[in-house]
Amino acid sequence: MNTKVNIAGVILNNPVMVASGTFGSGAEYSEFVDLNKLGAVVTKGVANVPWPGNPTPRIAETYGGMINAIGLQNPGIDVFCKRDIPFLKDYDTKIMVNVCGKTTEDYCEVVERLAEEDIDLMEINISCPNVKEGGIAFGQNPKAVEAITSELKKRAKQPIIMKLSPNVTDITEMAKAAEAGGADGLSLINTITGMKIDVNRRTFAVANKTGGLSGPAIKPVAVRMVYQVANAVKLPIIGMGGIATTEDALEFILAGATAVSVGTANFFNPYATVEIVKGIEDYMEKNHIQDIQELIGAVK
Amino acid sequence: MKKKEKAVVISQECIGTDIYSLWLKVSFAEDAKPGQFISIYCKDGSRVLPRPISICEIEKNALRLVYRIAGAGTREFSALAAGDEIEVLGSLGNGFPLEEAEGKKVFLMGGGIGIPPMLETAKQLKADKRIIAGYRDELFLAEELEANGSLYIATEDGSEGTKGNVLDAIRENNLDADVIFACGPTPMLRAIKAYALEKNIPCWVSMEEKMACGIGACLACVCQSKEVDEHSHVHNKRICKDGPVFLSTEIEL
Repeated sequence: MNTKVNIAGVILNNPVMVASGTFGSGAEYSEFVDLNKLGAVVTKGVANVPWPGNPTPRIAETYGGMINAIGLQNPGIDVFCKRDIPFLKDYDTKIMVNVCGKTTEDYCEVVERLAEEDIDLMEINISCPNVKEGGIAFGQNPKAVEAITSELKKRAKQPIIMKLSPNVTDITEMAKAAEAGGADGLSLINTITGMKIDVNRRTFAVANKTGGLSGPAIKPVAVRMVYQVANAVKLPIIGMGGIATTEDALEFILAGATAVSVGTANFFNPYATVEIVKGIEDYMEKNHIQDIQELIGAVK
Repeated sequence: MKKKEKAVVISQECIGTDIYSLWLKVSFAEDAKPGQFISIYCKDGSRVLPRPISICEIEKNALRLVYRIAGAGTREFSALAAGDEIEVLGSLGNGFPLEEAEGKKVFLMGGGIGIPPMLETAKQLKADKRIIAGYRDELFLAEELEANGSLYIATEDGSEGTKGNVLDAIRENNLDADVIFACGPTPMLRAIKAYALEKNIPCWVSMEEKMACGIGACLACVCQSKEVDEHSHVHNKRICKDGPVFLSTEIEL
């Protein structure tokens, strides 16, 4: 049975990865999960300098999901290269580093640093709804998506995966723009902008007022967008948005995702990733699927 | 070693208005420390985040939690009965540094639903203990606290003990201490920090914030640190992992 998948020339042992920001750099979850069993670890977004993130409360639970506005707190690229990459190099898994920035120059600086590091993939976050400058400002305009993609592509030595926002009218336009800019793959979806109001305190549930909705509640939106994008571009897709079970992961793969990322589910089941890896194998065996390629985009 | 497992409910009783005492059989109880907490997962899948609840008492194979119903999740827990199973993750966080208080004159200060962790702390700590418990009106755990140290009570409505808060109780009873351990609402901790600075005594406070992962990965439950934190490299510490107990002078309150 073959569960290996190919993302822009990088061969993953299986299609299961983690969604950036839900797994740190893997150290905390390594107490629960054998990181060797994951297709790849995707790290929390890293910027050129340390970012303090947003005030608290940073999260709120909503029906079947949660809203977060962490604000991309991160220790900066220097610490990340010194501490987090060496930690992950001890495991037999691929490393995809998520990159965030406020300006094109910020993104370029991080990508240039990472180009010299022994990592497998870069995921470019142009879709964070929780920071005022940068992030989503790049992800909601096809011209900006194409421009930043081609700038980063010039500097990266590893494949670059553009992470797309669902907070647009037509996500396929952004996907095509990234493809035109030279992206090697796409990650979708980032969180959906949402809001929760605490009626007892009569204020916003998260200090940032708005936040990104994630978790099982957003899965149907994500599956639909993966399907649309898979039919609009030729790039490999990493699908995510509310994946908690094997069945969820298979929906994304059948809709056209080459790999999947488990995000919010890590919070309610730290073993979700390895359970899904095993679940996909069981599904393939039961349904006499020899190669996972047979499943990718099988639903037309 | 942290563990996620199915805990079995040994017993549960209501010990005050919306306040419940829950005994759970868990494999990691022996490793638990006073001031640590566990995460409890709802059975209703619409509630995706675990609820962090502080440990009130520790036995060989069991933990006691005393919690207040604060929403739909804790309301779900309040219906648990002996024999029921519930997913838990524990034990989490650092706990109170008992070694800093051994043999000294100590204030154990709890406010509202911050009182429960003071029970196990009092049981384990070998020191001259003054337990100061602040309630709105209705008392809970008072008899058990009294069995483990000198108990001073403050109530907001004055129905029992000192009328006012825990600091009012200290002043009214002319109490002093070498070390403070405190858990309660932020305004209370802020006032205790100021008191400790004024008296020039070390003070450890247990912090609270909305949490998601409970293990230090998601960065939801941060508090501001005075110095640049060595893990985050910014002025933030993770309450779930670096705390919940912090030296009051190392964080902004």
